[in-house]
Amino acid sequence: MRYLPKSPAERQEMLAAIGTKSVEELFASIPEQYRLKKPLDLPGPMSEAEVIGYFQDRAAENSLGYTSFLGAGVYTHLRSVVTDALLQRGEFLTSYTPYQAEITQGTLQAIFEFQTLMCQLTGQEVANASMYDGSTATTEAVLMAERITGKSRVLVARSLHPEYRDVLRTYAKNSGLTVEEVPFTPSGTLDGAALKASLRDDVCAVVVQSPNFFGAIENLGPLGEAAHGAGALLVTAVTEALSLAVVKPPAEADIVALEGQSFGLPPSYGGPFAGVIASREKFVRQMPGRLAGQTTDQEGRRGFVLTLATREQHIRREKATSNICTNQALCALAATMHLSLLGKEGIREMAEQNVAKARFALSKLETIPGVKRTFSAPFFNEFAIELPRSVKIVNAELLKVKIVGPYVLGSAYPELTKHALVCVTETTTRPQIEQFVEGVRAALEQPL
Amino acid sequence: MKNDRIKKATRHTNQNEGLIFEKSSPGKRAFDLAPLDVPVANMAKELGESHRRNGVEDFPEVSEIEVIRHFTRLSTWNYAIDLGMYPLGSCTMKYNPRVNEHVARLAGIATEHPCQPQELSQGCLKVLSLLEKCLLEITGMDAITLQPAAGAQGELTGLLLIRAYHQKNGNPRRKVLIPDSAHGTNPATAVIAGYEVENIRSNADGQVDIAVLREKVNEDVAALMLTNPSTLGIFEQQIPEIAEILHAKGALLYMDGANMNALAGITRPGDLGVDVMHLNLHKTFSTPHGGGGPGAGPVAMKKILEPFLPVPVLVEKAAGKYALDFHRKESIGKVKAFGGNFGVLVRALAYILAYGPGVRQATEDAVTNANYIRKQLEGIFDLPYTRPSMHEVVFSDAIQKKRGVNTMDIAKRLIDYGFHPYTTAFPLIVPGALMIEPTESESKEECDFFVAAMKAIAEEAEQTPEIVKTAPHTTRIRRLDEVAAARKPVLRWKPEQRKSGAAR
Repeated sequence: MRYLPKSPAERQEMLAAIGTKSVEELFASIPEQYRLKKPLDLPGPMSEAEVIGYFQDRAAENSLGYTSFLGAGVYTHLRSVVTDALLQRGEFLTSYTPYQAEITQGTLQAIFEFQTLMCQLTGQEVANASMYDGSTATTEAVLMAERITGKSRVLVARSLHPEYRDVLRTYAKNSGLTVEEVPFTPSGTLDGAALKASLRDDVCAVVVQSPNFFGAIENLGPLGEAAHGAGALLVTAVTEALSLAVVKPPAEADIVALEGQSFGLPPSYGGPFAGVIASREKFVRQMPGRLAGQTTDQEGRRGFVLTLATREQHIRREKATSNICTNQALCALAATMHLSLLGKEGIREMAEQNVAKARFALSKLETIPGVKRTFSAPFFNEFAIELPRSVKIVNAELLKVKIVGPYVLGSAYPELTKHALVCVTETTTRPQIEQFVEGVRAALEQPL
Repeated sequence: MKNDRIKKATRHTNQNEGLIFEKSSPGKRAFDLAPLDVPVANMAKELGESHRRNGVEDFPEVSEIEVIRHFTRLSTWNYAIDLGMYPLGSCTMKYNPRVNEHVARLAGIATEHPCQPQELSQGCLKVLSLLEKCLLEITGMDAITLQPAAGAQGELTGLLLIRAYHQKNGNPRRKVLIPDSAHGTNPATAVIAGYEVENIRSNADGQVDIAVLREKVNEDVAALMLTNPSTLGIFEQQIPEIAEILHAKGALLYMDGANMNALAGITRPGDLGVDVMHLNLHKTFSTPHGGGGPGAGPVAMKKILEPFLPVPVLVEKAAGKYALDFHRKESIGKVKAFGGNFGVLVRALAYILAYGPGVRQATEDAVTNANYIRKQLEGIFDLPYTRPSMHEVVFSDAIQKKRGVNTMDIAKRLIDYGFHPYTTAFPLIVPGALMIEPTESESKEECDFFVAAMKAIAEEAEQTPEIVKTAPHTTRIRRLDEVAAARKPVLRWKPEQRKSGAAR
């Protein structure tokens, strides 16, 4: 086997040195009747070329050659080849969690840079590196708010990503949290009056996504005031982090739960991504996840270490802030590289192209009879439209011309049947947008 | 400082490399976009003046070559499996095959959107299905979910399944039993799942004390979380009996599969009476640790727990077509958005396909390496638990302690000999532990180098303990002041730092 660095003779030598005749003896502590008598029934062994061939065949059964207008929390953005080239350096790829600081300064300094970038983007004072994804970051942010406030009622915007709400409910079930939804207004943003009506002094967190699941940008100022007035924290989820280059950061939030997938991580059928929790310095000791901090060595040189570990499970066990151990460090590193490449100008230009292209797509869609925008609030690169016909039927027609149509809102929001969530990024070209619009027009013109 | 004047470099792998922010200068860039092919949007008008942000203050502005050099230089400050043995006990730092990286990045694999139609995702679903089948074969279980993002989330998923099962039988129960040798994630997870933790002590052999277990198991106990082999690297021989004791009171046996690298192809937890377990694909199945993650923590279970699987559940339809079933009444719900860490799952399947039934050989080599190292170091280092070792061996610093040298000192000195340290100070039941897991990826030569280094350090501890206590001596930086880092945390760069000049 090409991954195993021993010759048969070396195996024998090592067994002899141990003092056993056969390798079987090394497993003598496993009761005999439980030891497998026959080889496992597994495909393989395969050569490298066969492994590649297998996955190429699977890739061919997926959506190659299709143009997609899906967003809904996972975004296709440009990535520089530089990111993958650097990321695959073995020193990053095959290194462990940097507990031994003297020989993991590369990872530690990069984490420190990641934390800084996330603070700059979110307008928060501290950021961790990292959580599994945006959905678990949002849930952990709520658990953090519960620890800080000692309260257990959570008010969650119905416009928070449906799968994020699902994950929160799974965790909440056993931690004594009660989760209630706050509706949205016809503009697509959170219903402030409904929020105020539900806010009492037993609420630990108000959870709002911005841009929200419908793409609408929330007015966080008044929401923060309302939450704080009742002694609750404002938790803001960000699923499209690129928006932060042109949209004011959620500085009003006490905790930001961010999905970093937009920063150099491919959609990869749902993961691995990079969740982040950013917050205020005064809450840092209640934060979950790893933190790198700056310090000096015995000779006064700057260096970085994992710090404030007394929050974590390997020290605190059942009293830890979270059970997270393995995180998404390499994804956070990819984001650090990607953002370093984009830089101040690049990230703004990329974000502006998203705004322009999404506007262009909307203006073209609105020329189709019966198609109108669902909500009126400002949006970044994603918007909802209402169709005069079932979205599923339209999408089925689009598939025939190699277009993956927009997200079907009715599947998560029964009140929004016939509504679709359209995402357009800088990767979508004008001809692709025009073809999509014509595809929708044609689908709607077809006799039923 | 003697090198005060040398601003750039000492030697080439030891470049002084500032933070990316410190290299920034307005107007530099490393990325260009194609010209906008639609009308320019007026940001203030489209987003609203109150929402609009004009770029991110203090974001780095650097060129492409600077980004390349920055991260390349940082990378040279890391130790890695690709450089040599990484004997971190409990972490299974084995070779991460490069072909796995290649296939995870293929167009048609990396590019797929989790919400795209299932008829356009058959390739992804087939990958998931084949991985499920392989992992079920390896574990001897009946059903599996690939959704959990890492081991700790797998633990939570497993306990939520157990909770749902007991709930259905009328009462979720109150307690989870955890041996004192367990990973810290076990108790932390139990609390999140809404359970009280009751620690049970190990016997003098490092095994579960059956008498204590019998005493503690009652109708209040939901499950026992057992790591097997234990964190001492010892196979828990009484596991069938443990399962019986639990089952007699209606409690379930959860197995932490962190150490599955000792068992794959040799024995199957499902055959040993385990009801539910997680696997760490970033350990046994070779997906890269990447400086801390990402991982994947699939949870395999017996039939009794299948109704409670997280949604969506992958189902095989007629004619080799696969679909995702989101509508399952008794499901515990979702633990993560969009299914699992698919890119990690792809790598794990690539690993399994490369070995096929040969995974047994990997297990044999891993156990051989651990026993080889144990044999050579026994007597030189104290071995507190002498039962046969599986994939790792745990020594203590009891002998070296007499000269004032502790496990952390030995670990740091190992760096000077060109190795990453073993795991220090864990498991908790071994004071001053040296937890060594070589994995199957080490040649005899590399094991011999390691043994020689450990012997040399033991000798130094006797004769010149100061050298060991002040190690490492050959790294770019020395031991760092962790107390200061925690007392006054500096967790981000700020522009002021640029002006005052960074400490070098």
